[in-house]
Amino acid sequence: MPLDAIPYNFLTGRLEDVVRWARRNSVFPATFGLACCALEMMATGAAHYDLARYGMEIFRASPRQADLMFVAGRVSQKMAPVLRQVYDQMVEPKWVISMGVCASSGGMFNNYAIVQGVDQIVPVDVYVPGCPPGPETLMHGILALHEQIRTGELLKRRQASPTGGAGIEIAQRDGAPAPSLTASTRA
Amino acid sequence: MSDVWEEVERLGRQTDEGAQELRPRSELVVTGGPWPEGEGEGEGETMIINMGPQHPSTHGVLRVMMELDGETVVRAKPVIGYLHTGMEKTAEQLTYVQGSTNVTRMDYASPIANELVFSTAVERLLDVEVPPRAVWARMLLAELSRMASHLLFQASNGMDIGAVSMMLYGWREREETLRVLEMITGLRMNHNFVRPGGIAADLPDGWQRAVLELCEIVERGIDDYDTLLTSNPIWVERTVGVGVITTEQALALGISGPILRSTGFPWDLRKAQPYLAYDQVDFDVIYTENGDCFDRYRIRLGEIAESIKIVRQCVDMMPAGDYRTQDKKVTPPPRARINESMEALIHHFKLFTEGFRVPAGETYVSVESPRGEIGCYLVSDGTGKPVRMHIRGPSFYNLQSMEPMMEGRLVADAVAVISSVDPILGEVDR
Amino acid sequence: MSDPTPAPADDAREDVHEPGAAPAPWDEVAAALVAAFEGAVFHDSHGQPVVYVAPARLAHVATFLRDEQQFTTCLDVTAVDHLLDGERLVVAGVEPERFEVVANFLSHLRNRRIRVIAEVPAADPTVPSLTPIYPGVSYAEREVYDLLGIVFEGHPDLTRILMPDDWSGHPLRKDDAPARVPVTFKGDPGPRVGRVAE
Ligand code: SF4
Repeated sequence: MPLDAIPYNFLTGRLEDVVRWARRNSVFPATFGLACCALEMMATGAAHYDLARYGMEIFRASPRQADLMFVAGRVSQKMAPVLRQVYDQMVEPKWVISMGVCASSGGMFNNYAIVQGVDQIVPVDVYVPGCPPGPETLMHGILALHEQIRTGELLKRRQASPTGGAGIEIAQRDGAPAPSLTASTRA
Repeated sequence: MSDVWEEVERLGRQTDEGAQELRPRSELVVTGGPWPEGEGEGEGETMIINMGPQHPSTHGVLRVMMELDGETVVRAKPVIGYLHTGMEKTAEQLTYVQGSTNVTRMDYASPIANELVFSTAVERLLDVEVPPRAVWARMLLAELSRMASHLLFQASNGMDIGAVSMMLYGWREREETLRVLEMITGLRMNHNFVRPGGIAADLPDGWQRAVLELCEIVERGIDDYDTLLTSNPIWVERTVGVGVITTEQALALGISGPILRSTGFPWDLRKAQPYLAYDQVDFDVIYTENGDCFDRYRIRLGEIAESIKIVRQCVDMMPAGDYRTQDKKVTPPPRARINESMEALIHHFKLFTEGFRVPAGETYVSVESPRGEIGCYLVSDGTGKPVRMHIRGPSFYNLQSMEPMMEGRLVADAVAVISSVDPILGEVDR
Repeated sequence: MSDPTPAPADDAREDVHEPGAAPAPWDEVAAALVAAFEGAVFHDSHGQPVVYVAPARLAHVATFLRDEQQFTTCLDVTAVDHLLDGERLVVAGVEPERFEVVANFLSHLRNRRIRVIAEVPAADPTVPSLTPIYPGVSYAEREVYDLLGIVFEGHPDLTRILMPDDWSGHPLRKDDAPARVPVTFKGDPGPRVGRVAE
């Protein structure tokens, strides 16, 4: 069929770009509010700063329905396994924003109780500095992430790490090996 | 003191006459031993479920273990520690000047209360007097902070119980409050503005107008909430008679703040043991009789209005003068002197690297935070860093009220109860 | 500031640090306590009444305060580790030990406070629990046990509250490692560095 016979407009593009475009515009965050930063995260979602502009106003309580995790606040040694489990429950592709200095590096709490940087547990895509980062800073981080999604590799993370995360495997309660994301992706 | 105090005394007299037994009930136990596993197979089987620690309706990272019989909560047990930050250990590594940076991150919904209690404790050990302007500015900030905190409660309480639009309304007004706090202190949260010896900087130009405008905005806001919720049949259905606690239970469990006041016991440290200049301003202690979730909502709504009243009086009566003590031991030299005097520079440097020394001693200071009595137990050994800094977080104790409130109620009520206790986990776990 | 009791006479303040006889309590509750319990020592701490008692007596003192003195609430139980003190507050008549268990009481009805401190030796860090008398201190005692390793006898459920259950050590003790504890996962193969690139 010759092109001028088609009765409607169309665009051509690479499938990859379409996928990236779609992903970028519908990032669903999981709530992972931990401490003071969580309040600023909520403030970003509220009327004044209106996260809905980026197509991501609905914070999903269930990690299975989310693909972005804000680690908002300090992660304690007791919380670390929980955080990792929530991360593992999220479906690929998934991203992590580490919000605030506590999540990024332990911040001022360089002591026995706090994990010195959440990147020891989950891979982090964007670090948002501040204590707490204001909503503007957080939104800047979100835009940086959008840019990463738009320009980044489609399947980068899976190739980089065999377990689909930071490469840390956690033994399961029943002694079974960690659930493998690798079987399908590695082949 | 006003009729409120008479009310407390009346309750006390009744104790003497035996009409009302106002004595903590010792048989109340909030921590049962470890729960038996695999109990109750078959008929009448109960189920143990966990809410949290990662759950939208729990505030922060609270985890509640509940034993359910069908939809009824048989037992409930909060499990905490998921936000344990080791702040009391960190405080031992920080000087007294740095200390308020640390404590302000505990109760992050009302940071000023934390800074205030810590600074007051340090001043008491030092025997330093705070100039009147600092006292009034502290009071102004404390009340603004209380407003922000209670507005946050209105937002999250509404969201938890299903009035999702409250989430947006509450944040709308809270955002305005934060804007004013940012104007005065430079930060939206975790201000580190109240410091031993006074406040960090003078109030900025034009603060009166900003504060008065805020009062009007918030006043309009709470009228809105009142219209939206107070006589809303769904709201009433969800909260009235839910999560009831009695005065004796509350006293036995060490509960303070709006939860204690909701049981008909008008105890407010601002009235009962006035600190700052609370004895010079006019305000009421709001209290109700029923001790349920609805009452706690109403009390907090009323307290916003009272805070507005205090803030307006602060604007009128703010004295002029120094905003921090002129005691050289605690206060750095003014900026202009540093540029021209070597001694001033050294003094400034020493103060911020080594801090000042505090004579050996111990003290406990308490103020009324939006959640109840926040206390600071401070022990010093004559050096520049405390031996022990312990914060008595009101939420830590208030959390214990969840068990008696939840037992025998439905799971849906449990959410309302958690929300109405209004715990801030940063303060619980510290 | 928050203390309602009238400031003591100046002479009461002056002999705080002096050795010798303990000052006479100006606070009536403290006076009653000192009279009722042998070995109890009154101390005026910046205008607040404090009474030092033997650790074994703690529960009796609490019962006395609740039943005879209308102290409605035990606000707080905490502890202090004095292992590394520079200079320490010396109270005449009190034998200092490594740990101090501190309980703050409040009487709503009489609008007054009192603080009771017990010196607890490091060799046997055990005190009776106050939970049978004031159930509200349950969490606080668990916290003190968790962070400072002081055992409260008679507590219904003395387990760790803030740290993970399988944590070892009591982090608020001065000789416990303060900083830089590695992440403790069960089955964690080690730090991430150098393994992702493999
Ligand atoms: S970075 Fe600052 S605001 Fe954020 S959790 Fe840490 S202390 Fe709180």
